[in-house]
Amino acid sequence: MAEIKLMKGNEVIAEAAIRCGCDGYFGYPITPQSEIMETLMAREPWKETGMVVLQAESEIAAINMVYGAAATGKKAMTSSSSPGISLKQEGLTYLAGAELPCLIVDVVRGGPGLGTIQPAQSDYFQATRGGGHGDYHLLVLAPASVQEMNDFVALGFELAFKYRNPVMILADGVIGQMMEKVRLDEYVPRWSDADIERVAGEWALTGKRKERERHVATSLELDAYKQEEFNHKLQAKYRRMEEHDTRHEELSCDDAEYIFVAYGSSARVCQKSVQLCREQGIKAGLFRPITLYPFPKRPLQALSRRAKGFLAVEMSAGQMIEDVRLAINGTVPAEHFGRYGGVIPTPDEIVEALKRQIIKT
Amino acid sequence: MTAEITEITREEHIVYRKTPALTGNVMHYCPGCSHGVIHKLVAEVIEEAGIRDKTIGVSPVGCSVLAYNYIDIDWAEAAHGRAPAVATGISRLHPEKYVFTYQGDGDLASIGTAEVMHACNRGENIVIIFVNNAIYGMTGGQMAPTTLVGQVTSTTPRGRDVKLNGFPMKITELLAQLDGTTYVTRQAVHTPPAIRKAKNALRKAFENTKKDKGTSFVEIVGTCSSGWKMTPVEANRWMVENMFPKYPLGDIKDI
Repeated sequence: MAEIKLMKGNEVIAEAAIRCGCDGYFGYPITPQSEIMETLMAREPWKETGMVVLQAESEIAAINMVYGAAATGKKAMTSSSSPGISLKQEGLTYLAGAELPCLIVDVVRGGPGLGTIQPAQSDYFQATRGGGHGDYHLLVLAPASVQEMNDFVALGFELAFKYRNPVMILADGVIGQMMEKVRLDEYVPRWSDADIERVAGEWALTGKRKERERHVATSLELDAYKQEEFNHKLQAKYRRMEEHDTRHEELSCDDAEYIFVAYGSSARVCQKSVQLCREQGIKAGLFRPITLYPFPKRPLQALSRRAKGFLAVEMSAGQMIEDVRLAINGTVPAEHFGRYGGVIPTPDEIVEALKRQIIKT
Repeated sequence: MTAEITEITREEHIVYRKTPALTGNVMHYCPGCSHGVIHKLVAEVIEEAGIRDKTIGVSPVGCSVLAYNYIDIDWAEAAHGRAPAVATGISRLHPEKYVFTYQGDGDLASIGTAEVMHACNRGENIVIIFVNNAIYGMTGGQMAPTTLVGQVTSTTPRGRDVKLNGFPMKITELLAQLDGTTYVTRQAVHTPPAIRKAKNALRKAFENTKKDKGTSFVEIVGTCSSGWKMTPVEANRWMVENMFPKYPLGDIKDI
């Protein structure tokens, strides 16, 4: 019998982590995601599943604790919000460079700087382009509901280990703070030493035994040609991700002439905008990228062959729009509509923007 | 000559053997550098305790970034200064393992001050090995937090001026103030007796991990003949005459 509860998005992240067999969470408080660590501390999973929860002295320390934990082949995670995620960028590029799987939850708030504590989507570039230095990418999942906050924790770990790559859940203050009905997962036991040997035996720091070479988690390569070779390997991995794990969802796109492209909270608002358009006789649809990196280019391209125009709706000054334009490559008009700095657009103003910027009536 | 070599290398004549925990890779360290001796001591302590398969090292950014090429155990290479946080992540999820960091003065006492302070304050059950040679070696001899007043480096070409650069940081004494540290000591490796003492200190630190006693912190005052622009012999003398008065050897805390 599935367990269905009414929960906050942030609380669900904590619950899902415990249930999916996460081994360690390392975090630092920041609004609007502090409930994740608070929920974990209240739940005391170390008594139940053996999961470790630790409040670090900084976001920098937290992500480096994740680096250490992940290097041992265990399921490690952290969470934060925009200013804190900026601090984690150093750790993230080292994790990507050492090819360590882990999960990072970013409950985005408005910026730049200390900005606001209200929801925003202004960290799309930071999340999808790498964020730190060097040619690397995170695999980025964008939940649009509390249910997906739950689902993407287990999925995130699965993809992280599949590709030996950090995975980010890019949520926003709305998804983190709102309460919805959620179907919780069954408990999955934490991996045993034998499981880790099976999944990560080739690289995990499990203690050097006589019969194997030592394992080193490092991103250092002093030989430029070898470093280039390693970069080729990373790029090949990103192409595999694009091939096999690009995810998106379409709503009313089958006969749509005009298509909103939106993820996360913006996609939820756009669902209503689609309905309003249809009531007014405008054939509108919604294309929702679920993986922001890799971006679902091909299905969007396919839609561009029959749609008349696209409106990228983001709580930012225009970031995802660049990926939308790259995908459809100038074949039809693609414009951006955004409210930002913590402001959430209304369904009506999105419909008006579609009329004004795309339909031009 | 060949016959002589064959004779003196016969098994019954061997009085010293490189510990199997050292890989045999040629070290990249400069002549006279203290890291080689310290690596050897760490490797010997691990080998003699029979804990190679239970020990995970965390190497820093700095000259000893490649420590993982020399000591034959599993290693994580940390970002600059973050080794104590990385070690925390490993140790918390593997309380049965021996986890140690190996850090220089720039890594530990400058960019990694927060990480080392808080790891020590939490009393992480780890060993922190701190090699203090009062200079940034890897990047070419710049001022470190532990650089002495008046000491010439590439970023203090007229000597460290306290008005401009502040004072040499005695971070080991600072860390001894924290309740999470159980053993805090300062050693050196410039003479055979000093090397023996340093090895005993390292052994004790790893034994503390076994006893779950919290953080053990072993500072080793070392030389950087390249950075100091001295011969190895001059560097050892300079260390004794100038470093030891500011950084006196011995146990600072032992609970």
